[in-house]
Order: sequence, then structure tokens, then C-alpha cells
Amino acid sequence: MNQPAAISDIPIETCVTPEQEHGERAVFCGLTSIIWLHRKIQDAFFLVVGSRTCAHLIQSAAGVMIFAEPRFATAVLQERDLAGLADCHEEIDRVVAQVLERRPQLRNLFLVSSCPSEVIKLDLENAAGRLNRQYGGRVRFFDYSGSGIETTFTQGEDSCLSRLVEHMPADDSNEPRLLIAGTLPDIVEDQFLRLFGDLGIGAVDFLPARSLDDLPPVGKQTRVLLAQPYLGQTARALIGRGASLVEAPYPLGAEGTLEWLRAAARTFAVDDDRFERVTAAPLARAQRAVALQRKRLEGKRIAFLPDSQLELPLARFLQRECGASLLEIGTPYFDRQSLAAELELLPAGIRIVEGQALNRQLDRVRAAQPDLTVCGLGIANPLEAEGLRTKWSIELMFSPIQGFEQAGDLAELFCRPLVRNERLAV
Amino acid sequence: MELTIWTYEGPPHVGAMRVAASLEDSHLLLHAPQGDTYADLLFTMIARNGKRPPVTYTTFQARDLGADTAAIVLQSAREAAERFKPALMLVAESCTAELLQDQPGTLAAGADLEVPVVHVELAAYSRKENWGASETLYHLVRALLNGREDRSERKPADPARRPRVNLLGPTELGFRCRDDVTEITRLLDAAGVDVNLAAPADASVADLLRIPDADANVCLYPEIAQTTCAWLERKFRQPTVRTVPIGVGATRDFLAEVAEATGIEIDIDKIERNCRLPWYSRSVDSTYLTGKRVFIFADATHALAAARIAREELGFEVVGLGTYSREQARGVREAARQHGLEPLITDDYLEVERRIAELQPELVLGTQMERHIAKKLGIGCAVISSPAHVQDFPARYSPQMGYEGANVIFDSWVHPLMMGLEEHLLGMFREDFEFNDEAMPSHLAAVPGEGYARSGQDDTGTAAEGTPAWAQDAERELKKIPFFVRGKARRNTELFASERGVETISVETLYEAKAHFSR
Repeated sequence: MNQPAAISDIPIETCVTPEQEHGERAVFCGLTSIIWLHRKIQDAFFLVVGSRTCAHLIQSAAGVMIFAEPRFATAVLQERDLAGLADCHEEIDRVVAQVLERRPQLRNLFLVSSCPSEVIKLDLENAAGRLNRQYGGRVRFFDYSGSGIETTFTQGEDSCLSRLVEHMPADDSNEPRLLIAGTLPDIVEDQFLRLFGDLGIGAVDFLPARSLDDLPPVGKQTRVLLAQPYLGQTARALIGRGASLVEAPYPLGAEGTLEWLRAAARTFAVDDDRFERVTAAPLARAQRAVALQRKRLEGKRIAFLPDSQLELPLARFLQRECGASLLEIGTPYFDRQSLAAELELLPAGIRIVEGQALNRQLDRVRAAQPDLTVCGLGIANPLEAEGLRTKWSIELMFSPIQGFEQAGDLAELFCRPLVRNERLAV
Repeated sequence: MELTIWTYEGPPHVGAMRVAASLEDSHLLLHAPQGDTYADLLFTMIARNGKRPPVTYTTFQARDLGADTAAIVLQSAREAAERFKPALMLVAESCTAELLQDQPGTLAAGADLEVPVVHVELAAYSRKENWGASETLYHLVRALLNGREDRSERKPADPARRPRVNLLGPTELGFRCRDDVTEITRLLDAAGVDVNLAAPADASVADLLRIPDADANVCLYPEIAQTTCAWLERKFRQPTVRTVPIGVGATRDFLAEVAEATGIEIDIDKIERNCRLPWYSRSVDSTYLTGKRVFIFADATHALAAARIAREELGFEVVGLGTYSREQARGVREAARQHGLEPLITDDYLEVERRIAELQPELVLGTQMERHIAKKLGIGCAVISSPAHVQDFPARYSPQMGYEGANVIFDSWVHPLMMGLEEHLLGMFREDFEFNDEAMPSHLAAVPGEGYARSGQDDTGTAAEGTPAWAQDAERELKKIPFFVRGKARRNTELFASERGVETISVETLYEAKAHFSR
């Protein structure tokens, strides 16, 4: 059984510098994150101000339609809006009124800017301010950018949350509070809450909260623990409001989860015995569950194409806990601050490529013939058709994968394409 | 601005991509920001294509806007020409690039590429996907053939060979296009007519240059091919066969029209003998289909065909008819009038949902949107048109057109309904707790919810002896597990607990069991 080393045991010998690549990219834009944000923040509506492409993207990326009327929509710009025949701000007001007429119970509405709205310099911050005055607090309006020219995929959540930080109430108390930033599935959130409770850390908030009415407070006593690796802007906004950042790897895998919890425990001065006592059983469970999958992943060569920004923590999990060997790790962008603790856990000499030049990258994948390539939806089947095994990465955004209880599931997600390949005789 | 929740059609550049992806040796240079690359997944995930669509995106970002997006266009064009060596390069812009006015068509044309460049202007803020496909096909065909001499009259029939026609319109992501081309090629072959080429589906640039060799053009999908057919009619005096051969009656009419356009005799009755729909529809089990109330909403081509089949060939009553294809709405309005209905011409799916809820039909024939609406309302549904989902790109041969298409349609429309005998049985067992009238038809792959899976336990109110009890918090935790695996999680946990003599299942037990069984 592989016993993961504690962070402090690992010499900091590598200062990883990613290679830069510029060229054609195959990534989603930040609007895609509306798919999970609207499920998480259940009392908010997301109105994209954009084009038919935006509407089509969200519905295509979501894969299946959601049964109830979704809490998102697009105000599709028309020729007359662009030609100046219609006043865009009046149009926004009209469409917002339409949404509110359809859903009179709505309390919060995000105006989300897109590539076209940003190119024509449509000021949604201004619009949100005006609408806030107009509706006199009955409905609250927020704005953020989900555009593909500004944000990549999960960065849309970063953009959204960093805007919410401005609206968080000030915390002037002297009691430290833990703030977990980054969308987690409810079931994972509840597991973590129980663990923090058992550790004696009672004051725990989540951003985003399930309701915008419960935006957590922030201040000098706020200790921020990032649950997702793509929240650099949000982290900086929280620091700007006095909070301090707890450096930790991300709660993926048994080790990642343990170290993530340990970082919080140390910050809140939980004694080691108690930490051991609380984490021992779930850690052992997680390790057992991962061990079951490890034999299938051991020695497998895995490459990542840039996609969700989860690439580095996942690579660390696969390498350290599952025994996989890492080929090129593509990442859409590289935020050293958010990834500091992960970099310490990754092996020396690892090849990280920031950005993308799609065809050159695919050439390298073909040359390397990885046992598994983690990539976006558009590329997975073409690589499979060339005889490579792939794991499509958006599933990692939609499945509960964080925490002890999901560590085995996470490993299993990577095993499944390999097992399937072994089974199939066609 | 227009409030849009779900959209039936993508933006026009997706139409251009569909044409490019259909053609064998062309490449599309699309000036677009990075997020627009999502469109690849329509081809690779929904249609399960084993290749990326032949598209190079310029994927500009905000930082490029202040610098030089035109330079990115040039570089992308050169790289794409070099790497893919296409026979022809299409150039288009997505909505955002249209605002930049970089004129990528002019840039690419002036880039000394060794391939011909065809620029397509797509009005991203007023038009949609099918229009984009139609424009792309038209500009492409025109660019290749406009230099040819105009014909002042029809090409005389060549008695030394069989007549030949072009099949225009079948496109990637179109509804069952692949199989329709095969079926219509077989049908025409049986009728003594050859297919000169199908386009854009699988056509090469060299094929497109042979378009004028055909005696007539078959406009299989008016949404995509009507403009091109009209131009070819003017330019080369090629007649257009306009009947879309979906359904038994329409296929007959189609063959009659082909006969007229090509000047040959076709023994329609002989070819029709292979079609089972007429007999299946007359057989006694089908009696129960009589007067079933059906609601139809699709692209215009499939909506019109469905209305005729529903009424004339299956004996249904059409209670609603509509389309999202505004460009082709005239025919649907006319058909609705003939059925004594108010046509529903809209691309607002909520309006469609309202109409379906009002009308309470017994069967919905629609797109994937209507499939969701029907599922929500508990009404049977068959998908008959794009936009369609991955399950509507079946592995088996399942055309919609021609006589085999009619057979496929009989099966797939009748399937969501209760079978004739089953309706009687359901009446008999109405009071049985396991077989209540909310039970789905037995031949449908209904997803059993938790209520179904646990019905024995819930309905009797007592747990079987020896079954461990669930602590309240564990029960709550269980409810957070998705319904489709919840039943299994419950069974596994109970088994795990009883094997170990655990009397009360706690959250801890739940996860111990989960860890135990996860292999």
C-alpha cells in the first residue's frame, strides 16, 4: 500500500516553469460554467447577453437538457441592436422584465457578458447598477464576464465568484472562520462539513453558498481554503477584503483530501491526535477504494490536453496515488499561486504546457501513444478512432470527485476506458 | 434582443461547418474566439464522427483584439492550407468575428494559398444554422460553376445511358441523412435512374464540378438545397424534383416527379411491393391507432411529411402542426390549413411546450426538444427531425425516406404508444399495485425511479425481517445519491449491514458499504 508522504517531507527542489504554446485552442468559454453554477446557486438566474452561439454552446455542452425550465437563458443580440436601431440598455431592461414576468419569485439575476457583448463594449456593470436601483432591492442584479475572449471554461466560475466577493458582508469579529471557495456537489459539501465539525472547526462557510441570501461574511479573520484550482481571481479578491489564503493541494484523492483538511486543521490549531482520530477511518476507506483501482492504472502513461484547469491536481493524484506515469500535461493557463502546493507534490522534470496549439499538440499525443489521454469532448472520439484511449474531461466537472468518499470513484473514472478496452473484442 | 432559452438551430456558422464536414476534401477557416470550438462536439459526440470536422478556428482572445486579429487569420489560413492540403478553402466568421470586420475572406484570398478560397458571409445576428448551411452550399456551388456557360434549354436526354440525378441537401447532422442517401440511391436504381452525386454529403470538389452532368436535381432537404437548386435551374436549366420522398404517398409522388423530369417510365407499383407500412397499418392490431391525437413540430421538411403520413398512412388525427424553419414556413402554414389547424411557427420552445400541454396529444412527433417536453408531460414521443441527440444517430440502418424509410417510420412512431393488446391488459390490471395505470408500456425502457424499485417495501409499510433500519441522517444522505443508482446503493448497504449484524445503518455504514462494493 502506497503511503503518501506528508507535504513537509518533500523537498522543494523543482521550480516548475511551464512551456508556453500559442495557436489554435480547443476549449470551452466561461459561459459553460453556468451549467453547474445554476444548479448550485438555486435562487439565481443567469442571463447571458450574447448571441445564438452562446445559447447553442450552453445547450450543447450540457449534453442533455434539464427537465425543469432552466434557470439560465440568453438575450440574443439582433441586427437592430448592433445597428443602433435599438438601445441595448433598454433592450436588456425589456428582456429582464420578461424573465421576471415568467419567474416572479426570482430574487437574484446575473447578467453575464459574452464575446459579442464585450466587443461592442456593452457595459453590464452599469446595467446591473441601473436595474438594482430600478427594482429597489426586490431583485438583486450582479454582472460578470463569461466570454471566451476573457475566460476559459472553469474560469467563468472564477469570474462569477470574484464578483460575488464584492457583495459579501464584512466580518468584523475576532473569531476566525473557514471559507471554502469553489463549487462542490452538495453531497461532498456535506461530507466536508461533517469532517470539519468532527475536527472542531465549526465556523465554516461555502462560496458559492446554495442561496445568495446566505453570502458568507469576509474579513481579516477569514481563512480561505480553495476547493477548486481555477479560482485565482476570486482568491485575490478575497485577500483584497482582508482574508488570508490557506495554501493546500486540492481535495482530489486520499492524499489530496488529507492534506487539504490538514492545512485547514493547522490553521485552526486542531491538535494532531484529533486530526488523526477524525481522518483515520475515512482515509483508510479512501485508500482501500483507490487501491482497488490502482492495479489498473499502475504504470499507465497518461497525457492531459488543456481543458478544465483541473489537470495538475488530477495528474498529481494519478501519479502519486495510482502509480501512473505522466506525459505532457496541458493546461489552459497557469496560476502559480493557486497551484503552489500541487507543484510541490508533482515529480521533478514534469512537462507542463500552458496554452495550446491544437494540431501540434495532437501530433505529440500521436507520437507518444499514451495509454490514456484526458481531453475535451470535441477531441475524444477522434483520438479513440485513431486507437487511443481517452477520458473526456467534462465528466470530471459534473461528477462528485472530491473528498475521501469519492477518491475511489475518481480513480474509477480513469480506469473505465481502460477496462472497457480490455473487455471489448470488437 | 431576443430572450432564448433553448434553441432549435445553432448560429449560421454551424451550418457552414456542417457543409464543410460533409464534403470530402474542403476545409473551413472560421474566424472565431476560442469558446466557439465547442461546435466540434456536435460532430464528434452527437454524430459520433471519428474525425474532427475539417475546421480551423482562429481562436482569438481579448489580448489579440488590441493587436492584430487579421494577422491571426493569415497565419491560420497558411497553417491550415499547409497541414490539411484541402482542395478548397471555405472562409467564414462567427458572430464575434463579424463585429471585428477583419474581412477574412479577402485576407485569405490575398494570402497566395495554393487552394481556391470561397468566402461565405453569414449574417450571424439575423440568421440561423440551416440558412448558414444553405448559403454555404450555394456560394460553394456558384463559385465552382459560375464560370461555365449558361444553358438556354434543358440538356437533351441521352438514349445511350440511364438518366442521372444529383441528390442535393444531405448534410452532416441532418436527420438520418446518411441512410436517406443510401435508400434513395437504391430506390432510384430500382426505378432505372442513376445518382450522379450526392452533395454536400461525401462529395469532393471534383464531384461538385460534375453537377451540370445530371439530368435533374433532387432537392432532398429544401432547407439546405432549395437556393442551390433554384440557381442550377436558372443556370443550367436542370429541372428540380421537389417532392421529398418521406412516407408511402410522398415516395409515389416523388417517383412520378422523377419520371417526368427524366422522361422515363417508372413502374411504381412494382417498387412499392417491398413496403410493409400499408399492410401493417391495415392489420388488426393497428386498429387502436385510429384517431390517436398527434402533435407535430419539426423542421419544415419533416413536419410536412409527418403530417401527411400521420393522417393518410397511420389514421392518426393531427391536432397540432408547426415548425421552427421560418424560411420554409409557407408550406407548413398551407398544410396546417388543410388539416384545419392553426400553424405554430416559432423558435420558442416554451411556446411549443404550452401548446402541447394545452392539446394533450397522445403522441408527439418532434425534435429532441419535444422529446423532453413529452417526457416531462408523460406523453409518448418519436423524434423525426433535427436537432437530434446522440440516440437519434442509430447504429442500424434506419432511413426516413423511400419505402424502407416508411417501414422505419411505422415502427418508430408506433413504438412509443401502447400496443393494441397491451391496452386491454392494462384495463384488466388497473387496480394492481404493481401494474397501475401510471405504469409505462412494458416494451419501453422506462427508467424506474426509486418508488418503482422499492415499491414492495414502501407499499406494505413494514420492512422484511432482519433488514437493518436506516438512521435518519443516513436516509437523508441516501436521498442525495442520484435516483438511478439509489436503489442499488440501498440494497448494497443493507446487505453489507446485515452481513455484519449492524442493526442501524448510519452515514458511516453507508460509506463503508460504498467503499466495500466499489470495485
